[in-house]
Parts: sequence; C-alpha cells; structure tokens
Amino acid sequence: MDLENQARIMDFTEKYGNENLIVVLGGGEAESSGLAAETVSTGDPTFAGPLAGVPLGLKAYHIFELKDMVDAAVYDEQISMMEMVLDVDAIIEEIKTYRK
Amino acid sequence: MNFPVVKGAAYGLIQANEMLVHHGTTQTMERTKDAQSEHLRKLPGHLRSFEQAVGYPPNQVYIGNMTPDELKSIPRPWYKQPVSGISRDGKYGEIMPEDELIGLMKMVDAFELVILEEQFQLAVKEKIVAHPVLGVINNVANLDKNPGTSEEIRKLVDNHVAQPIYFEAKLVGCVKRAHEFDEALSNHVMFENLVSKASAVFALQLLLNKTNLKAEEVDYIIECSEEACGDMNQRGGGNFAKSIGEMCGCVNATGSDTRSFCAAPAHAMVEAAALAQSGIYKNVVVLAGGSSAKLGMNSKNHIEKGMPAFEDMLGAFAIHIGENDGFSPMIRTDGVGRHKIGSGSSPQAVMTAIVADPLDRIGYKILDVDRYAAELQNPEITEPAGAGDVPLANYKMISALGVKRGELERKDLQKAVDGFGMPGFAPTQGHIPSGVPFVGHAVDMILSGKIVRTMIIGKGSLFLGRMTNLFDGVSFIIEKNSGTVEPGFNKQEVRVMIAKALRDFAKTFGEE
Repeated sequence: MDLENQARIMDFTEKYGNENLIVVLGGGEAESSGLAAETVSTGDPTFAGPLAGVPLGLKAYHIFELKDMVDAAVYDEQISMMEMVLDVDAIIEEIKTYRK
Repeated sequence: MNFPVVKGAAYGLIQANEMLVHHGTTQTMERTKDAQSEHLRKLPGHLRSFEQAVGYPPNQVYIGNMTPDELKSIPRPWYKQPVSGISRDGKYGEIMPEDELIGLMKMVDAFELVILEEQFQLAVKEKIVAHPVLGVINNVANLDKNPGTSEEIRKLVDNHVAQPIYFEAKLVGCVKRAHEFDEALSNHVMFENLVSKASAVFALQLLLNKTNLKAEEVDYIIECSEEACGDMNQRGGGNFAKSIGEMCGCVNATGSDTRSFCAAPAHAMVEAAALAQSGIYKNVVVLAGGSSAKLGMNSKNHIEKGMPAFEDMLGAFAIHIGENDGFSPMIRTDGVGRHKIGSGSSPQAVMTAIVADPLDRIGYKILDVDRYAAELQNPEITEPAGAGDVPLANYKMISALGVKRGELERKDLQKAVDGFGMPGFAPTQGHIPSGVPFVGHAVDMILSGKIVRTMIIGKGSLFLGRMTNLFDGVSFIIEKNSGTVEPGFNKQEVRVMIAKALRDFAKTFGEE
C-alpha cells in the first residue's frame, strides 16, 4: 500500500478511533487488494511504510462487497463495468482472510 | 477530407544492465537505505546477457522481426522461449548494447559533461563508426576528444560531482554536473537527460535509415518523453526536440516538447496529425527516448520469483506523420478521443471518454475497430509485480463497455477480447508502452489488408506529479487510406465563385 495512504489511515485512526473506521478498497486484483487489507489489519508486511509493525485491526471491504449498500444508479455508473472485467470472487476471498 | 497519414515508424531498444543496477530508482533508493541489502546482492545474478535480451520474444516484436500475433502463439514464460536465428537488427528498428549507448551519450553531449575512459572510448568509437545507423552522425568526432583516466573518473564520482557510467561491472566514465548549485543541472539530472536524448537520437536515426524520410525534409519534431530539461529558473523549459533533431541533421526542422506522463505520445501524435493536416508543416516526427530511472523498477518482485531482471531495456521510438499521399494509413482526426477535465475518473467514465465517444462521433461501433492498442506493457514484467496484465485489462474494459452499450452480448465478451486484443510487448518505460509501439505493425497490417483500422490509446497517471488527481487519456484511429487526395484550395475555382457572386449581386441590384 502507498506510503502516503498508510500515513493518512494512521491519522484517521488517531482522529476518529479504530472502532469507528472501516476501509473500503477498490483494487483491481486479488493479491494487491489482500496486501492492502493486511496492511490495515495486521500492519505493513513489506515493512516500508508508517504501518510497519502497527496492527490497527481495521476491517477492509472491497466495494464489490458493499453493492447492496450503494445507490444502484451510482454503482451502475461507477462500478458495473469493472464488475464484468475483474475476478470478483478471488478479490473478495482474499480480502476476507484478513477479517477473520 | 484530407486526413494526415502515418508514413513510417522506427523503434529502438537498448539493453542497459549497469544503468539498471546503478541508476534505476528502485536500486538507488535501496542503496541509500542499505548498500549491502539482499536485493542488491542478488541482483547481479539475475541480469540477462545481451544475447538473451535480443532473443527475448517481446523485444523481437518491438523491433518488428515478429508480429504481436506470433507472440500470442508462444507459450509463457517467454523468457524460457528464446527466439533463435535472429539478429539485433529488425524490420522497424534495432536492439543496441549498453557500450554503444554510452558512446552515443558522449556524441550527443554538447557541454563536455561526459567523460569516458581512454581505452573504452577508443573501442566504442570503432564500433560506432562501423555502425550503419550511428556512424553517419556528425558528432562522432566527440569520441576523439577529452578522454579521461580511470583515476580522474573515480575522483569525480567519489567527490559526488559526477554520476558513474559502468560497463560490464567496470567504471568506464561519468557524467559531470552542469552547475555547482543548480539541482536542475545536477549530475543525476544530466545523466538521465543525456540517456533520454541519446536514445531518442538512436530512434530518429533508425527512422531516417529505415524509411524514405530525409533529415532535411523534417519540418517539426515533437518530443514526448517524461524527462525535463532546464535550469533552476525554468526546470523543464525544454527543448529536447531541437537538440535531438540537431544531432541527426534535421536542419530545416524546429520542434518542441509535449508532456503528459504515459499519455504524452498519444497527445503528440494528435498534435502532429493536426500540424500535417493543416499544412503548417508537411513532415512531422513524434519521438521519445528512454528512461534510466525506470530500469529495474519491479526487479525486487522479479528476483523474489526467481525471474530475470527483465526491466533492462531502454525504449525509444520515432514516428513520421505527413500530408495525405493517398496511400499510407490515415489518422482520423475527426475521431480523436480525449479524457476531459469533467469526464470523471471511474474506469467506466474514462473508457467512455476515450473509446466510445470518438467512435460515436464518426459512426463506428466498438467491434468496427480491428485492433485496440492500449498500454502495451509486457505482462511478464507487470504480473509478478501485482499489476496484472495491463493490456488484457484494457481489452476487457473495452469489451465490457460494448456489453453495457448493447453492442455485444455478455457471453461474447471474451471472444471480442481475443479478436481485437494482442499481448503487450513493450518494456515498462512509462511513455513507451502507451499504444504507439503498435503503430509500425499497424501500418504493415493495414497496407497488407490484414486489418482496416486500429485505435491507439494513451493513458497517463497525472497524480504522480502531485498537481492534480485527474486521470489522462487520449486516443486516435488509424485506418486504411481512402485512396483519394483532395486538391484543397483552388484559386481558379474561387475566382469563378466570386465572379458568379458579383454577377448575381449586380443582377439583383439592377432589378431593384
């Protein structure tokens, strides 16, 4: 995960508290989405960013998982094309492993 | 309408192992953190030989010895399928070894910043003089001047006033800083700019050598790399284009630089098309050299997975756009796609703006385009780094857009991808993969009747410059020439029209 985004997420946890935050991902690939989910839950596995060794314990969801919670017209306009293109099941499966 | 045409394209690759090790930013950052790191220790064991780089199938496609369709039929991993019986010389270009590029850097250096060790300079001069493309460059005499000793070069590098130049693990030269305090003229910046300039000169010389275009016929040059040349008061002031044309004898040309990250070549092609169609300039060349900073960008991932450090190729290209000749493939300037500032940044919005909108404008459907060339990054390089198969993702998005627009059935999504897609074969050099590596192949395929039209797509990530979060994308269609050249402005016709108008006026006036 981008080092700046790691710093931003860390700032948010300090400002709003971990219990009030979830992370919504939009990654296009299972491995990189999983890496992002891992970073915000157990810490940066690459030990490169501010979340290295910082287990925030945040739960990450892919936007595909939140389809029913989003305005259908907005989802159709923003996401539906990529839903046809990406390996939705593999991405969700990978992200889920970091919420257990 | 008299559309402008693509008259020729040339492509250069340079294998630069030592630049990967010493100047690729992944390696330079690693060295700053820990000079003894595991990655830096393992890296030399993963470097390819020049012969391996020449035999690598995607590189052979880039220089035109193989077609993208032939690459499709070669099973992956491609690095385990070397092409045998081929040379560094290709139909559209050439693959050059690192020592020749180093010699070329000294040839194109106008400010005596490049110092080469005496024996190395002598040896490389011999190779360059014998080279049919490089040997004709006027500045070959630079290789007779100001050689340095190993001690002098070592001292300059150790004192941090020069970037080292290595060849086969030996220090053979350096690039000095061009100013004591100006960061825009530091040795680091000068090194990258000279690499970019030298490789672009290589591509332009290839274009002049492999097509009918003569240096003195070039009217305008648009350079579209991702480097910036200037000093501290005008960082990025330019002008790479003229400096490159100067080296190749383009005495009648002027030029300028166009920037938009990886989308710049597509912007530059559209600009060139407009200049040629308007008649402002008859012969325009769009070109760019390579980026040493990006060498070995994903090498950590490649090494972790036991693969070669593939990103050892500097890429360069030069494309000739001219007035309609009634024969060469045309650029449909009435169907240029653009991601507008207000287009939105979702993939759907982007693809609609750069693919669907221009097709609508000229009455084509998605399947009317025989081939789409978008972000032609070699997937063998990007997949191990977690970026997936970038061209394939683009083809799938175009197909999905077709489904959303009701132009094809969802069940035919993959069939469409197989039909209009092709594997990526370009090195991950930012601006280089952005659609334009297919132009040479497209011209041949259109002229031989294999395809009628292609859409070239350039995309750019503008957020990297930290000025905007906007996305960028530009596309244009190249298609078979209609075969007719409209005469354009005809003085006699205009005289007749004016005379008729005056007669009509006199008649009306008389009646009143």
